[in-house]
Amino acid sequence: MTLDAATRERVAALATRYPTRRAALLPALWLVQEQRGWVPREELAEVAGMLGLAPADAEGVASFYFLFSRTPTGRTVIDVCDNIICRTKGAETLLSELCAGLGIVPGGTTADGRVTVRRQECIAACHQAPAVQVDLEYHGPATAAGLLAALDR
Amino acid sequence: MSAAFEPVLLQRLGLERGQDLDVYERTGGYGALRKAVGSMTPEAVTKEVSDSNLRGRGGAGFPAGRKWSFIPRDAPVKYLAVNADESEPGTFNNRVFIDTDPHALLEGILLCCYAVGIGDAYIYIRGENVAGARTLERAVAQARRKGYVGTGILGSAFSCQIHVYRGAGAYICGEETALLESIEGRRPQPRSRPPFPAVVGLFGKPTVINNVETLGCVPYVIDRGAAWFKSIGPENAPGPKLYCLSGHVERPGVYERPMGTPLRELIEEHAGGISGGRGLGFVIPGAAASTALLPSEIDVAMEYDALRKIGTELGAGGIMVFDDTVCIVDALARIARFFRHESCGKCVPCREGTVWQHVILERLAAGTGRSDDLVRLKQVSEQIGGKTLCALGDFAASPPQGALRKFPEHFAAHQAGGCPITAPVTASGAP
Repeated sequence: MTLDAATRERVAALATRYPTRRAALLPALWLVQEQRGWVPREELAEVAGMLGLAPADAEGVASFYFLFSRTPTGRTVIDVCDNIICRTKGAETLLSELCAGLGIVPGGTTADGRVTVRRQECIAACHQAPAVQVDLEYHGPATAAGLLAALDR
Repeated sequence: MSAAFEPVLLQRLGLERGQDLDVYERTGGYGALRKAVGSMTPEAVTKEVSDSNLRGRGGAGFPAGRKWSFIPRDAPVKYLAVNADESEPGTFNNRVFIDTDPHALLEGILLCCYAVGIGDAYIYIRGENVAGARTLERAVAQARRKGYVGTGILGSAFSCQIHVYRGAGAYICGEETALLESIEGRRPQPRSRPPFPAVVGLFGKPTVINNVETLGCVPYVIDRGAAWFKSIGPENAPGPKLYCLSGHVERPGVYERPMGTPLRELIEEHAGGISGGRGLGFVIPGAAASTALLPSEIDVAMEYDALRKIGTELGAGGIMVFDDTVCIVDALARIARFFRHESCGKCVPCREGTVWQHVILERLAAGTGRSDDLVRLKQVSEQIGGKTLCALGDFAASPPQGALRKFPEHFAAHQAGGCPITAPVTASGAP
């Protein structure tokens, strides 16, 4: 057993909230994602079991979604939108300066496990371009210098 | 006429604690629900919405009242799925609306559920929008405490629960049947239709699927009446509309104007014109899936039918403005990458075709296109459009198809290895 008792209890409650147990899969995966920062294989299998699903079935669902990370991430995750409007407003410069400042490449995590920077598709913040999310909170217009300074605080 | 327009959907923008129930009530909120539950039959509510000719704000423009009337009245279990998955590049109006006036959305949901006899509504909100989900959860809790949500609403026999359901990062979930699959805990791939969701929808039950902005209009239709709603904007597509303006404009943001406002007015008056005093290159009027317009085409009225007449789409109203330094081929290559990334993989024409569109557009953008790339791009896009289970295939295919028609000189220059934009631009791609 890898999920703690409180999480198991919350997954069990979710399992009876919807007309089918399967419908609790996304909310349950969000619990794991938010608690652990990613969705480890063992936890995913345990959630699947509690909802009456085969692990492979749940894997097939989880792997479809960008926000369920299947590998560990840094303690802070910065998602940089590089879609058309943010690109037009300097997203590529922001991304390369941010990554250079952290000594990583897009998609990478700092050696101390502090920060992950990812490319992200449009996040519905085109009026704030170039826009980013820091742990899914919106920021924009963002600059690499501003983000690096905030990380140092 | 348009000068006298008073904001409807964004009337509480900037209001202190505008997201709170007491402020919403004090400014007329939940009056429409009281009126409906207290003095109107469900059929009368549906009729009012039908009479208003409120058309779906997600992009398809289907009349909301007619959609509601498709649901079998005698079905014991029915659902409403609210599409708040807003993910198409260029659109952010749902996000702004939810942040501004969450209770107006809830009231619209409750009115729909009362009209159709629905006991459970699911708001499907994209996973990235954590703030929006929190705002909605809080609003639902407030509304429940005051008896607007739950059992025996306002002392009547009407009961309704509202569930906030978070996606987890997949554009396809904004497609209505993929959205249903997502809530059901399956891989979010579109369903084959028929059966349509009105007959077999969420959990196999008849289901209404409406966009956030569509439902946001409903309280005002009921409160002020269909005739008032029809007095705003054109007859074929009445009502207020939240236009998103982004890119090279002085004041990017969401602007509420009557449906059918000229694109030029939105860009030049409301968004403050092209930033930095540059010239206009092109405009993508209805988010990433719509065909780009030339500077000579921006006098078009921003509503479904006028835009379709000139070969493009309103979409959800995501207007992306590009100045004369932006290369259309480069922009299309980026958009093609988006559709490639977001194709769910179920239908072969889309899964394979979006890859080839992207590959061809990237090499054209880089000036390394092959001699037959323009023909090949056209062929590939024609093999996607109309050949897939859902509209994402058409969405992916139409931007390159439209641009090949409208910007032929620019494409030809790229195929020859150069870009007209790298030299100072005089006139970009005359039609």
